[in-house]
Amino acid sequence: MTAPAAYQVSHLDALEAESIFVMREVVAEMERPVLLFSGGKDSIVMLRLAQKAFAPANIPFPVMHVDTGHNFPEVLEYRDQRVAELGLQLVVASVPEALASGLVRESGDGMRNRIQTPVLLDAVEKHRFDALFGGARRDEEKARAKERVFSFRDEFGQWDPKNQRPELWALYNGRHHPGESIRVFPLSNWTELDVWHYIARERIALPSIYYAHEREVVERDGMLYAVNEFFRPRAGEDRFKARVRYRTVGDASCTAAVRSDADTVEKVIEEVAATRITERGATRGDDRVSEAAMEDRKREGYF
Amino acid sequence: MTTETVAPDGADSRAATGAGPEARRMDLLRFATAGSVDDGKSTLIGRLLYDTKSLFTDQLAAVEAVSAARGDEYTNLALLTDGLRAEREQGITIDVAYRYFATPRRKFIIADTPGHIQYTRNMVTGASTADLALILVDARKGLVEQSRRHAFLCSLLRVPHLVLCVNKMDLVDFSQEVFERIADEFTAFAAKLDVPDLTVVPVSALRGDNIVSRSENMPWYEGPSLLHHLERVHIASDRNLVDVRFPVQYVIRPQSTTVTDYRGYAGQVASGVLKPGDEVMVLPSGFTSRISAVETADGPVAEAFPPMSVTVRLEDEIDISRGDMICRPNNAPAVSQDIEAMVCWMDETRPLQVGGRYAIKHTTRSARAIVRGLHYRLDINSLHRDESAGELGLNEIGRVRLRTTVPLLADEYRRNRTTGGFVIIDESTNRTVGAGMIVEAQ
Ligand SMILES: Nc1nc2c(ncn2[C@@H]2O[C@H](COP(=O)(O)OP(=O)(O)O)[C@@H](O)[C@H]2O)c(=O)[nH]1
Repeated sequence: MTAPAAYQVSHLDALEAESIFVMREVVAEMERPVLLFSGGKDSIVMLRLAQKAFAPANIPFPVMHVDTGHNFPEVLEYRDQRVAELGLQLVVASVPEALASGLVRESGDGMRNRIQTPVLLDAVEKHRFDALFGGARRDEEKARAKERVFSFRDEFGQWDPKNQRPELWALYNGRHHPGESIRVFPLSNWTELDVWHYIARERIALPSIYYAHEREVVERDGMLYAVNEFFRPRAGEDRFKARVRYRTVGDASCTAAVRSDADTVEKVIEEVAATRITERGATRGDDRVSEAAMEDRKREGYF
Repeated sequence: MTTETVAPDGADSRAATGAGPEARRMDLLRFATAGSVDDGKSTLIGRLLYDTKSLFTDQLAAVEAVSAARGDEYTNLALLTDGLRAEREQGITIDVAYRYFATPRRKFIIADTPGHIQYTRNMVTGASTADLALILVDARKGLVEQSRRHAFLCSLLRVPHLVLCVNKMDLVDFSQEVFERIADEFTAFAAKLDVPDLTVVPVSALRGDNIVSRSENMPWYEGPSLLHHLERVHIASDRNLVDVRFPVQYVIRPQSTTVTDYRGYAGQVASGVLKPGDEVMVLPSGFTSRISAVETADGPVAEAFPPMSVTVRLEDEIDISRGDMICRPNNAPAVSQDIEAMVCWMDETRPLQVGGRYAIKHTTRSARAIVRGLHYRLDINSLHRDESAGELGLNEIGRVRLRTTVPLLADEYRRNRTTGGFVIIDESTNRTVGAGMIVEAQ
């Protein structure tokens, strides 16, 4: 960063400064923070911001992956590589283990988004985490537009939209009683495009599935799903090869790809800038269930 | 952050915010919107998002589907901007919602504050971080009580720029006379409030007049379109670059074998400019030293100014911890346990009372405080001061005297919004129950 004569900062620098401020507040005020790291682009950007916030010291908290068992291998590989590079402690909250121990039961439709929540809450309790960094952004979804940067959760991890603390200036209130916790969203004010501009500017490596590649897919409900061990075509669904990329990385059984030729970060930025469908609307079977799907899951303790 | 040429305003702003150097040249403007119910706030925001191509087809399709299911005659853009099912069921909005759009010049963050019962709390929240506030009135109704309240709250929160949008001009035949009557009345009122910058724009949110480009229906209007104004309003000089205030947020001391003896004070510059070599004073201790370096993870910088998050290093080893403030020996905030402040109360369960004890968060410092006195409660419609008031209820504003357990490092809010603002927290519920703006610290 060079100092300009006019004492102005760009929007990316302003967003970065705000996110770094938020992360430092949490580490200064909370006892046991953890960063939710899925290997998705937002959590990757969050990790970069954490590096910057505490340099030259190491990131002073562990990362946690809520593992649904339905993973893209490229993403798991990326996760392990980053964790090793940064010398981080990785906590895995495992849905398959929770299924085996009887903590949760597979839902009828086989989607693991809902049963992820008790597994997350169980890990939070076990490790006594009191602050959880999440990569959610307010531009993603309408229930998120009203989310605080510091989002208070009761002892059941539940979000009560009517019982959120007013958030003034940059004065975040992280106080809580034992058992309660705070979800913290340092990327609240970033948009999808801001995230991509930042990835380009910082030259951040991403899992390869974010860039265009050839894959065998089927079309269901107007979305393209990759055929893999977690996603089986139904009778009558045609498999075909397509050039696709992922806009979000979630559970491999319900995250869809979009047709794309964007194989570099610059091309992705052009594509995102021109696209007219939200990333969740385009790629997440889980959010399509009902108009209030996200709101309901947040109330139950989801991010 | 080098000076690059700015791309001309294209019609397709989303595409123009894509790749290329201009994207890095954009700055950030935060604004809050306020209006009474049905003045057209949702329509206006929907229009700004739509015309800057910030709306997505699936969002639009969802709203169209809901509109059709409810039997609305037109696609109700208001549905785009009220988010939660609880709200939709009751047909109201209960909370501040944040929206985003960008043009090649700027990224915008809208704090959309609803005009209902809790609106004072919401508006104060939205205005606290706003560079600009946009107040809407219906041209047919002119100024109403709420418009004055909105203007008052903007001035209380020291929002530097105010825009009055006189909406629904299409319903008054785009009449210059109607517009000027409202503009004059508002301008006169704003003058009493000490509003630093006021712009009045006649618009039709529904039809798009004077939103993105100048309307042909109002040739008599010579000012800018709303978006043109939002893109160009000069906000850089709103920041205080004079008073050096660096609240220490966190002390970085790596426990590592490769980096030894490192000690850095991390924080976000509240105001002023910090440079290596500057003589500084640390409060509350009063020790002085010099800045040896201002660092970021990307390397040292020559200067730090708001809103940069940096790490400051000093030449001398002095004992500094979170909550301390780095300033200049000849320009320091007050170090005081006696605080006079305007307080907006935000708790519905219990009022603020004289003798009440609370926790306070001010910059990166926490304290406990006791309410020593309530000088008056302000009627925000008449600006009348009620000196007999014994408490402040939800959404009420008054002047309060506080005594804190430890000194605050405080400036007047009118001089410094970061070192002059604080929140009040109920120690038993941990809820944020009030917002304070320092008037005086002795
Ligand atoms: N004729 C006309 N109607 C408008 C205009 N702006 C909003 N409206 C209508 O006024 C009503 C209330 O608008 P809405 O945006 O929901 O108001 P809000 O309560 O302030 O968000 C709706 O029926 C809009 O279509 C305008 O500029 N001209």
